[in-house]
Amino acid sequence: MLRFATWKVVSILSATLLAVLVIAPSLLSPGARAALEAHVPSWLPMRTIVLGLDLQGGSHVLLEVDAASVLKTEVQNLRDDTRRLLREQKIPISGGVAMLQKGVQFHLLDAADGQKIMPKLSQLAQPIGGTLLGGTAAPGLDVKDTGNGTLQLLVTDDALHDKVRHAVDQSIEVLRRRVDALGTTEPNIQRQGDDRILVEVPGLQNPEKLKQILGTTAKLEFRLVGQPNEDPNDVEQLDQTEEPGKIPVEKQVMVQGEDLTDAQPGFDPQTGEAIVDFRFNIRGGERFGEVTSANVGRPFAIVLDGKVISAPVIRGPITGGSGQISGHFTTEAANNLAILLRAGALPAKLTIVEERTVGPGLGQDSIDAGKRAAFVGAALVLGYMLITYGTFGIFANIALIVHIAFIFAGLILLGATLTLPGIAGIVLTIGMAVDSNVLIYERIREEAHAGRSIVSALDAGFKRAFATIVDSNVTMFVAAAILYFLGTGPVRGFAVSLALGILTTIVTAVTMTRMMIALWYQYKRPTKLPI
Amino acid sequence: MKLLRLAPENTKFPFMRFRRVSYPFSAFMSIVSVALFLTFGMNFGIDFSGGTLMELRAKTGAADISAIRTEMRKLTSGDIEVQGFGSPSDVLLRFGVPKEGAAAQEQTVAAVKNALGNQYDFRRVEVVGPRVSGELVQSGTLGVVISIIAVLCYLWFRFEWQFAVGAIIATMHDLLLTVGFFSLTRLEFNTTSIAAILTIVGYSLNETVVVLDRIREMRKKYRKMPTDQLIDLSVNAVLPRTIMTATTVFLALLSLVIFGGEVIRSFSLAMIWGICVATYSSVFICSPMLIYLGLRNVSAEPAPTGAKDSKARPGAVKTA
Repeated sequence: MLRFATWKVVSILSATLLAVLVIAPSLLSPGARAALEAHVPSWLPMRTIVLGLDLQGGSHVLLEVDAASVLKTEVQNLRDDTRRLLREQKIPISGGVAMLQKGVQFHLLDAADGQKIMPKLSQLAQPIGGTLLGGTAAPGLDVKDTGNGTLQLLVTDDALHDKVRHAVDQSIEVLRRRVDALGTTEPNIQRQGDDRILVEVPGLQNPEKLKQILGTTAKLEFRLVGQPNEDPNDVEQLDQTEEPGKIPVEKQVMVQGEDLTDAQPGFDPQTGEAIVDFRFNIRGGERFGEVTSANVGRPFAIVLDGKVISAPVIRGPITGGSGQISGHFTTEAANNLAILLRAGALPAKLTIVEERTVGPGLGQDSIDAGKRAAFVGAALVLGYMLITYGTFGIFANIALIVHIAFIFAGLILLGATLTLPGIAGIVLTIGMAVDSNVLIYERIREEAHAGRSIVSALDAGFKRAFATIVDSNVTMFVAAAILYFLGTGPVRGFAVSLALGILTTIVTAVTMTRMMIALWYQYKRPTKLPI
Repeated sequence: MKLLRLAPENTKFPFMRFRRVSYPFSAFMSIVSVALFLTFGMNFGIDFSGGTLMELRAKTGAADISAIRTEMRKLTSGDIEVQGFGSPSDVLLRFGVPKEGAAAQEQTVAAVKNALGNQYDFRRVEVVGPRVSGELVQSGTLGVVISIIAVLCYLWFRFEWQFAVGAIIATMHDLLLTVGFFSLTRLEFNTTSIAAILTIVGYSLNETVVVLDRIREMRKKYRKMPTDQLIDLSVNAVLPRTIMTATTVFLALLSLVIFGGEVIRSFSLAMIWGICVATYSSVFICSPMLIYLGLRNVSAEPAPTGAKDSKARPGAVKTA
């Protein structure tokens, strides 16, 4: 009990010093921090604590890939592929290729053709999974003969699942480009589960704009406006964004947004109106040139997400691969459209399933409230320990302050996010750390009352309480760990602070307090225990 | 300096005699809790029920709640709740999930912003779709169940089975009563409340483990003592610690209730209730349970060897 190895003293003191150094930048005001950063060597960590969105304000949006729209696109592609295959193989069918909910169906004129065409049909879809890691790949398409020469091609659940996953990956890329273009700091975009994407943008002032940017598919198409004498099957009626009423537009897409290489907001030098300048890649540029040369005098519809933005008349061939979109935009709308076009279109429709926005004012209020509660709580606990245990209370209090420093240093080093429930978790671990000291001190008192000498009472107190401390903290830790793995967002933050607090309790409340008591005993040589 | 002692020295309180009162009492309270939960249910926050929550603050002066209410009636026919919140200039709006689904939720938010944006700042807006909330309920419940099972395994490993069962019964008791507390007080139940419940589980187990630890130790010391006396002795021995710890945690939570702000108030209140129940159950529910489960004193079994004892305490404090 009395002798304490020098290395232990040194390591505890240096760990404490390190914790203080790690925390220091977070305690400074932003201005002072910047001034300091200019003077210290660059290898010193200047990380500050990461505040959760509930504390600093910002938006959290959970988006879901619409599996139904993915399936619909898949079935449409399947129909086109099937038609093409049947045409290539010159296999006659009665009626057309019909779309079902999960696939297509057609009727062969000659049922014997089935044997010939079925292997080719099953190659229309790529096999799913397994090829890299070995294992058998599942067929992406279920081809079956339902009798009488009727063939059905159904998209398997695995294939759909795979497509959705793929759409999520692709969407994350597109969203990242879009959000980065907004120019806010450190957005967090990540996959959540199979079909969801979480977007967290700290400190955003205007959540409406974010939602608009996230929720737009941004599928851009250039199509000719239909003429009165055209076959009605080749034309569809589309909504217009500028004027009420619909406009007939040819179904055939002349040029697609995929071929865009750049889009920038600008102003029309003649009218002063906000416009979007765009540039095509070589393929798109050539195609655009051909179409505009062949259709001078006809209106050309610019269609975004199934709505006609504008339908200017082609005045002359537009070669050179660049052009502009005008549509009575505001400056902001032109800017947004340019961002969306640059980032590309989303592969599938995304719906917002959850949205949480905390204004910066509330965030600041929450920090203030959390700080106030933490200071008052800590003061109450420290004061109570002092009047209950006197000198030993001071030791426990020093250990407690170091304990809090360790928790914050741990949070900073882990890059964990401090949330409001996280602050609550810290307040709770203060209580639990105190419990360890209470267990030890009460045990020392008990042993002293039982007639042990001072040294032996101190020794027995620490030894006996330790088993209890381990048992009780491990049970708490188990709960915190499970909370971390199953929880999301703020609950997770809570679990991290709790788990960190439990781990550091052992160091501070047990070892550090023991060290202080041992040093105190050697110095004072008391004849009576002061508790 | 005269030191403060809340607990008297050397108590000899016959705790075990109270089991004839505490068991019927706890059984009654548990039944009431379940009945409250089944009849009134919980005041689920939008995390679990789905819906929209908006926190507004008047740009100048106090918020006019009745004016907001009339304004909201014009916008939607669904469930609306308008209530004061914190200071007089703060208002909380809550909308249920509209029948039309998520798109309508977005529209409602936009309409409210349109109608009130001139006079109010929107401090917080949360929209949770009905499907997401169902998943949150699932993962929350799963968290509680799995943590209890994991803890049961740990205790079984560290103590005799009677201890593990006693601890679990005490914990379930605390859980039930906390659910009843949420149901009765109508405190909002959200994901943060799940954190509170799990912390109560943790605290409850902590309390129980401290008492059980002492009982285990006393069994080795007093092999001839009848079980109920042994438990009384153990509970009395840890009583000063129990009171001291409960008080410090209570003080920390009290400051959270008073100064922590509206957002975590329900969390803190539930925690305070939780520590009271947990302290009670560790003494009056878990410990007597050992008697009912037929825990015999060690005299009937071979005495544990010293080697086994030190093995059971990994990392026991050694002086270097």
